[in-house]
Amino acid sequence: MALLEVKDIHKRYGTEQVLKGVSFQVERGQTVVVIGPSGTGKSTLLRCINRLTEPDRGQVWLDGVEVTSPRADINRIRAQIGFVFQDFNLFTHLTALDNVRLGLVRVKRLPREQATRRAREELARVGLADKEKAYPAQLSGGQQQRVSIARALAMDPKLILFDEPTSALDPELIGEVLQVMVELAREGMTMVVVTHEMGFARSVADEIIFMEGGVIVEHGPPERLFTSPQVPRTAEFLNKISELYGET
Amino acid sequence: MGGKIEALEVLWSALPRLLAGVRVTVELTALFLGVGLVSGFLVAVAQVYGRGPLRWGATVFEQVFRGVPALVLLFLLYFGLTEVGISRLAAAVLALGLRSGAYQSQIFRGALLAVPTGQLLAARALGMTGLQTIRHVVLPQAVRLALPGWSNEYAIVLKDTSYVFAIGLVELMREGTYIVARTFGRYSLEVYLFVALVYLVLVYGGNLALSLLARRLAIPGQEARAESLERM
Amino acid sequence: MSDFLNFVAEHLPLLLSGLGATVTLTVVAIWLGFGLGLSLALVRTYAIAPLRALARTYIALVRGTPLITQLFVVYHGLPQLGITFTPFTAAIVGLTLNSAAYQAEYFRGAILAVRRGQLMAARALGMTKLQTIRHVVLPQIIRLVIPSWANELVYLIKYSSLASLIQVRELTFQARHIASETYRTMEIFLVAAAIYLSLVLVVSYVLRRVELWVRIPGLGAPGR
Repeated sequence: MALLEVKDIHKRYGTEQVLKGVSFQVERGQTVVVIGPSGTGKSTLLRCINRLTEPDRGQVWLDGVEVTSPRADINRIRAQIGFVFQDFNLFTHLTALDNVRLGLVRVKRLPREQATRRAREELARVGLADKEKAYPAQLSGGQQQRVSIARALAMDPKLILFDEPTSALDPELIGEVLQVMVELAREGMTMVVVTHEMGFARSVADEIIFMEGGVIVEHGPPERLFTSPQVPRTAEFLNKISELYGET
Repeated sequence: MGGKIEALEVLWSALPRLLAGVRVTVELTALFLGVGLVSGFLVAVAQVYGRGPLRWGATVFEQVFRGVPALVLLFLLYFGLTEVGISRLAAAVLALGLRSGAYQSQIFRGALLAVPTGQLLAARALGMTGLQTIRHVVLPQAVRLALPGWSNEYAIVLKDTSYVFAIGLVELMREGTYIVARTFGRYSLEVYLFVALVYLVLVYGGNLALSLLARRLAIPGQEARAESLERM
Repeated sequence: MSDFLNFVAEHLPLLLSGLGATVTLTVVAIWLGFGLGLSLALVRTYAIAPLRALARTYIALVRGTPLITQLFVVYHGLPQLGITFTPFTAAIVGLTLNSAAYQAEYFRGAILAVRRGQLMAARALGMTKLQTIRHVVLPQIIRLVIPSWANELVYLIKYSSLASLIQVRELTFQARHIASETYRTMEIFLVAAAIYLSLVLVVSYVLRRVELWVRIPGLGAPGR
C-alpha cells in the first residue's frame, strides 16, 4: 500500500479552477518532485494534502487513514505530516530552539526535557546546533529555512511536504538547504517537493510529476522525463527552465 | 421613571436648545483645532528644524500640555486668566487649543520627518531657499501625510469640547444637563443617550468628510493609512 | 515662597488622598479594560460574524462619544433602570468600558501585525485554533501592544480627572475643594498639574524600560 494516496483532487478559487482532478501515489521512502510553471496549482495541491486548504472534491489517504474524511482528527494527522513553507514562517517571538520545541510540547505533549533534547538533535542534524538561542530575525534566510526543516523533522512525520523551499533564498544560500534535503532523501524520508531546482530533481527524485493548468501532464522517473519526455509540453518546459537556470 | 412617549416629547421640545448647544460645540471644535493647528505646526517646525532653546522650549511646551489632564489645564487657565479680565471663552480656547497644539505637533513632526531628506537636498540643488523648500516641497507632502492623524485629532477635540461644561460654558453637554435638571432627572438616561448620539454623528460625519478629502488629495505611492487605531 | 510651601504642606494630605484615588481608579480600570479589551479584540477578529459585528459596534459607539457623556449615562442615567452605583464604582465602570474599546483596537492592530504564515505554520504542526492563539498570537501581541498600552495608561491617568465631575474624591476633585475653601485657585491647580505631570512622566519612563526589557529582535512595534 502506498504511504500517500491522492485521488482526484479538485479546487476552485472563485471562478478559477486551480486543480482539475489530480491523482498520484507516493511510496514509503520515496522522494517525489513536482515541477511546472508558476500558478499551476502546485502549492495549492500541497496544501490540500494536509488540508491547510480544503479541497472541493477528491480524497487524500495517509497510511490507510482518510485525511479528507469529515470525521478525521485533522490536527493529529497534521502532526504526522511535516510542512516546509517557501517563506519559512518561523514564529517571530521564539528562539530557534523554541520554534522546534513548540509542536513537541504543545501538540505531542512531550515532557519539557525530552522535547528539548529532541529539538537539539534536530537542530544539530540541520547543522545549526550553535544557533539555538538565536531569534529568526538574527538568522540568514538559509538558516531560517533549515530551522523550519528541523521544526518539521522533530515531529517525527511520516512524510514531509516542501513548498518551494528555496525560492525565497538568495542564490548563495540555496545550497545549504538543498544539502539538508538531499541527506533526508538518502536517509529514507518520504518527501513531496515542489521546486524549480532541476539539479535536485534529477539527482534525488524517484519520481517527477510535471503539472500544468491544474492537471498532471506527465510523470515518471527523472531519467525518462529529462531525456525522453512523452508529451511535447514537458520538453518545452524543461528547455525553458534549463535556459533560465543554465542547468540540467 | 418616565414613559417612552414622554421622553420623546421632552427631547422634541428641547430640540432647539440642543441644536444651539450643537452649534456652540461645533464652533468650539473649530476654534480649538485652529489654535492647535497654528501652534502645533510652529512647535513641530521648531522641534524638527530649530536648535538650542527654541527646540528645548517647544519640547517642554509639548510635554506639559500633553502630560496635564485637560480638565486641570482648563481650571488653571480659567481661574488664572479670568482674574486678569480675560473671558471664560478665551481661557477655554487657550487651554484646549494649546493642548490640541501639543498633540498636533506630534502629527506634524511625524509628517515633516517622513519627507525624505534626499528631496530637501534636491530642492536646495535647484537653488531653492529654505523657506521655498518648506513651502513647495515639504508642506504639500506633510499636509497629506498628516491628514489621518488629523482626522483622529478632530474626533478627540470634538469630544473634549465637553470639558468646558465644567467651567460653565453652555455647549451640547451642558444643554443636556439643563434638560435633565428641568425635568427633575426623570429622563436623564434618554437625554444623555441622545446627547451621546449627537456626538456620535458629529464624530463619524467629520471623519467621513476628512477621509473623502484625503482620498481626493491622494497621490499614487503616498497613500495614507485609511484607518487609525490610535486613541481618539 | 515659604508662604506657598506652608500652604502646600497644609493641604498635602488631602491632595495625596486624592492622588491615591486617582491611582486606584486608573489601575483598576486599566486591568479590567485589559481583560475586556483583549476579549473584544479576539472576538472582533476570530469569532463568528454576528459576534464580530457586535464587538465592532460597541467599539465604534464608545470611540464616538465623550467620556463625560459616558460617565453621566452610567452615573445619572442608569439609576432610571434601577442600576445604582456609588460615584467611585460608576467611575470604575465608565473608565473600564471606555478603555476596553480603545485597548481592543490596540490589540487588533497587533493581531493584524502577526504574520499570517505563522498561523498556517502552527496549524500545519497540528495545533488547534485555540492553541495557535494561546502560543503564537498572544505572546507576540502582548509585546507588540506595550507602546500603545503605555499610552493608554497615561491617557487613563489624565481622563480619570473627569471622575471629579461625578463627585469622586480624586486629585482634581480635592484640588477644586481646596480652591473653594482657600480661594488660592492658581496655586493649588499648579500643584495638581505638577503632580499629574510627574506621575505621567514616571509611568512613561517605567513602561519604556519594560518595553526594552521584553523586546525580541525582529518583533517590531507597529506605529508609535
